[in-house]
Amino acid sequence: MLHGLPGVDRVGAEQRAAMLGTRSIKTTAKAEAIDLAIRMVDLTTLEGADTPGKVRALCAKARRPEADCPPVAAVCVYPAMVPAAAEALRGSGVHLASVATAFPSGQAPLEVKLADTRAAVAAGADEIDMVISRGAFLAGRYDLVHDEIVAVKEACGDAHLKVILETGELGDYDNVRRASWLAMDAGADFIKTSTGKVPSAATPPVTLIMLEAVRDWFAQTGRRIGVKPAGGIRTSKDAIKYLVMVNETAGPEWLTPDLFRFGASTLLNDLLMQRAKLRTGHYSGPDYVTLD
Amino acid sequence: MFEYAPAPESRSIVDLAPSYGLFIDGEFAAPADGGVFKTVNPATEEVLSEVSVAGPADVDRAVAAARRAFAGWSALPGAARAKYLYRIARIVQERSRELAVLESLDNGKPIREARDVDLPLVAAHFFYYAGWADKLAYAGYGTTPLGVVGQVIPWNFPLLMLAWKIAPALATGNTVVLKPAETTPLSALFFADVCRQAELPPGVVNIVTGAGDTGRTLVEHPDVNKVAFTGSTEVGRQIARSVAGTGKRVTLELGGKAANIVFDDAPIDQAVEGIVNGIFFNQGHVCCAGSRLLVQENVYDEVLDSLKRRMAQLRVGDPLDKNTDIGAINSSVQLERVRALAAVGEQEGERWSPPCELPGQGFWFAPTIFTGVSQTHRIAREEVFGPVLAVLTFRTPAEAVEKANNTPYGLSAGIWSEKGSRILAVADKLRAGVVWANTFNRFDPASPFGGYKESGYGREGGRHGLEAYLA
Amino acid sequence: MPEQRLAVRKTYKLYIGGKFPRSESGRTYLVDGSNVALASRKDARDAVLAARKAQPGWAGATAYNRGQVLYRAAEMLEGRRAEFAALGVPEADVDAATDRWVWYAGWADKLAQVHGGANPVAGPYFNLSAPEPTGVVGVVAPASFLGLVSVVAPAIVTGNAVVVVAGDPLPAVTLAEVLATSDLPGGVVNILTGSPAEIAPWLASHDDVNALDLTGVADGELAVALEQAAAGTLKRVLRPGPGADWAADPGLGRMTAFLETKTVWHPKGF
Repeated sequence: MLHGLPGVDRVGAEQRAAMLGTRSIKTTAKAEAIDLAIRMVDLTTLEGADTPGKVRALCAKARRPEADCPPVAAVCVYPAMVPAAAEALRGSGVHLASVATAFPSGQAPLEVKLADTRAAVAAGADEIDMVISRGAFLAGRYDLVHDEIVAVKEACGDAHLKVILETGELGDYDNVRRASWLAMDAGADFIKTSTGKVPSAATPPVTLIMLEAVRDWFAQTGRRIGVKPAGGIRTSKDAIKYLVMVNETAGPEWLTPDLFRFGASTLLNDLLMQRAKLRTGHYSGPDYVTLD
Repeated sequence: MFEYAPAPESRSIVDLAPSYGLFIDGEFAAPADGGVFKTVNPATEEVLSEVSVAGPADVDRAVAAARRAFAGWSALPGAARAKYLYRIARIVQERSRELAVLESLDNGKPIREARDVDLPLVAAHFFYYAGWADKLAYAGYGTTPLGVVGQVIPWNFPLLMLAWKIAPALATGNTVVLKPAETTPLSALFFADVCRQAELPPGVVNIVTGAGDTGRTLVEHPDVNKVAFTGSTEVGRQIARSVAGTGKRVTLELGGKAANIVFDDAPIDQAVEGIVNGIFFNQGHVCCAGSRLLVQENVYDEVLDSLKRRMAQLRVGDPLDKNTDIGAINSSVQLERVRALAAVGEQEGERWSPPCELPGQGFWFAPTIFTGVSQTHRIAREEVFGPVLAVLTFRTPAEAVEKANNTPYGLSAGIWSEKGSRILAVADKLRAGVVWANTFNRFDPASPFGGYKESGYGREGGRHGLEAYLA
Repeated sequence: MPEQRLAVRKTYKLYIGGKFPRSESGRTYLVDGSNVALASRKDARDAVLAARKAQPGWAGATAYNRGQVLYRAAEMLEGRRAEFAALGVPEADVDAATDRWVWYAGWADKLAQVHGGANPVAGPYFNLSAPEPTGVVGVVAPASFLGLVSVVAPAIVTGNAVVVVAGDPLPAVTLAEVLATSDLPGGVVNILTGSPAEIAPWLASHDDVNALDLTGVADGELAVALEQAAAGTLKRVLRPGPGADWAADPGLGRMTAFLETKTVWHPKGF
């Protein structure tokens, strides 16, 4: 089935993404887009040096990025940080996402991946960001990749499953499309571009291909799958370009945190500074938004 | 919902005079008999300026000025002509925002296209031919210029067509009298100012404005050595007839009815973009527009659904809004033509347009497709020159080629398929001067452009483009 | 006393679609004592039909193959030197014509390299321009035999098919016999004898003729009328030049006059 999907012409796809990037979003539209983008952020820290203290600080920021500002969609951490985050987010409505399945490489036995997943869910994560086995995918073992996703989905229980394709390692857009369909067919609630741990993370054309995939999947099955570009999106301008792409590719129905997320850390502060500029009429600076 | 707020490009960057004379011998001058006409913004019907009508005496003066300038210009070392052209290219780049807004105002095209397509290509064209001026000996067409060139250009890409005409003519040592289209004279008049800024010697470029009569006078002027025309096939025929026996060299870039062929293994999303770009780019006012969509029957539903969904995304409206995809039809005359052919199409096929609100003032036509069309239908044979697509089907590659070639035109064609051998074989068999495979409506100064059959003769662009201007 | 053998005379007929028919009109005219077919507009029509039928196959043959076929025609020409000489064609002309034929034969697989090529466009595209034959070319040939060869060979070597109105009928029909005995597919060259003023206007106005070579039109008014008629379907027209020097290096002009440049774009990306 995967090789029966229509091909992707790289140049054409990149031109389409670039053209959408020229949309000019100003004034009221910009204000709405920035608030929406804030509500779509999966505020992320995935460092070996993460500590409960660091995670608590991040959660505080997630709950209330600044005065009169809506909370972000979720906080995204390693499984070991889930208990601290769960504690810090309790009652906030902010979702708690945990990466799992031997993130970021995915190179571990399935049992380890499932245990990783179950532990994260048990500790309070209501969203799981799993990685696919790129090695198996590139070797043509689509069945294996599929089965793993099915198994992880089962291990998730009620938690939502985001499937990270790690598009930077898939080689071409045809594979991005195939991996998207494979993940959706195996039960993904979201498809996500990247771990943020390889040089090539989310790009507009990769996200375009994935948005086309969820659009076509909906047309076939009636089920809407979410999309999460992650890594490399740092400015409000970039974020707005993604929202334009969502709007004109998957459609306005996807313009909700339930169906579109940004995996990001520094993006939030730029959104806050732009938000301040729109409200006050002058530019803000890094000391006027909080660290974390 | 994500409604894009208006994002209008400021028009204050363009300083329009209330009236313009003719640009002859390096000066703006009033026409001999004082005739004027108004040029309007097709998006609002607002009068932009008053422009002169060049009569026979004016054309005569312009040709004489070009003749006087020819001796000096053709005797300049190629490297010196190159430097003038490089100057022009740079000035166009520096003034590109102003010229893009002007082009959008006078033509009705979206500012996004004027800014991202027209103007960059104008500058690139002058850069490209600038470099040829001192390398003609290596091009294989000799180094002798023809003399005075009469050039008549259309309204769909006013400044770009000017660049296509003037850049190679000047690089090869010819001098020029150019007539811009009646409905879009302004960018050519601004270009006259670019020439002055570049300190181009007087008479090397002359701009005469007016309607068909002015063009005919220029084409038939006995002291014109070469005629270059871009426009309708009907006028092209008249020109070919009128120059018979005069020995004038002619190149003609005329109409088209290009087939855009979508095979069942096409990259569908990019193909749909290519279909949309093929027919709705510049409101379909494109001689090489992909106005006949040929879809393989086994993917017809899929392609049509995707196309309709995509068409519903097109933003029709204020050309100066940076988010506009489809601007205004260039003139009321053209709007009537498009409407008339669409009315014919309605009797032949099934008409569909996405819901879209058209402005009350100005000349507008919603993006439209006709399905259930066959080769015999007028909508599949006649050039509409508007945002109207005829959709036909085919079963086999041979049938696709047969249908694609079944037209007196032969300017361009498109192929969408992921199978290399099929693309190459079909490209070989298509009788068209430009074949875009897995892309459409791409232009580049290095790439020759021009038609087979009734789409005209001669090539513009690339090394081939020099041939038309050398003896 | 041995009986003197009575010569077998040749009947000079038209050459259409690889066959030698008489004019459908049944008319002939006298040339140097021989009856020669006087072609009619219907013969011109039949010749265009034959040319159109043959052209795609000829253009579709490999360039190498077209070169070989033309070279074979030169071999046949060389073998018939005496026949042309007997018709009054100077021997030097026959030799030059044979050499010219060989020269053009060699261009078959080289012209695309000289006249086309890759274009360095500013984007991720493969972009190639290549010459292709225009299609069916109507040729009003000059009277000179070297001239005849010099207008026919460049038109067909690139893959066009021609309908020739002969300038000098007897050598032209003899050339047809040379071509008929070479490997040239029938219909690629069609030769009509008769009056250019009668036949050529039908070629100039024929919708299915793509180009006109007026080199052999001696009458200036006829040349203008033909060029005007050719405008109807925007035929490519090669106008009669000032007295051609057939011995001179012909250059590429007679080939490129009947070529279209096709430019193919394809994105590059994986």
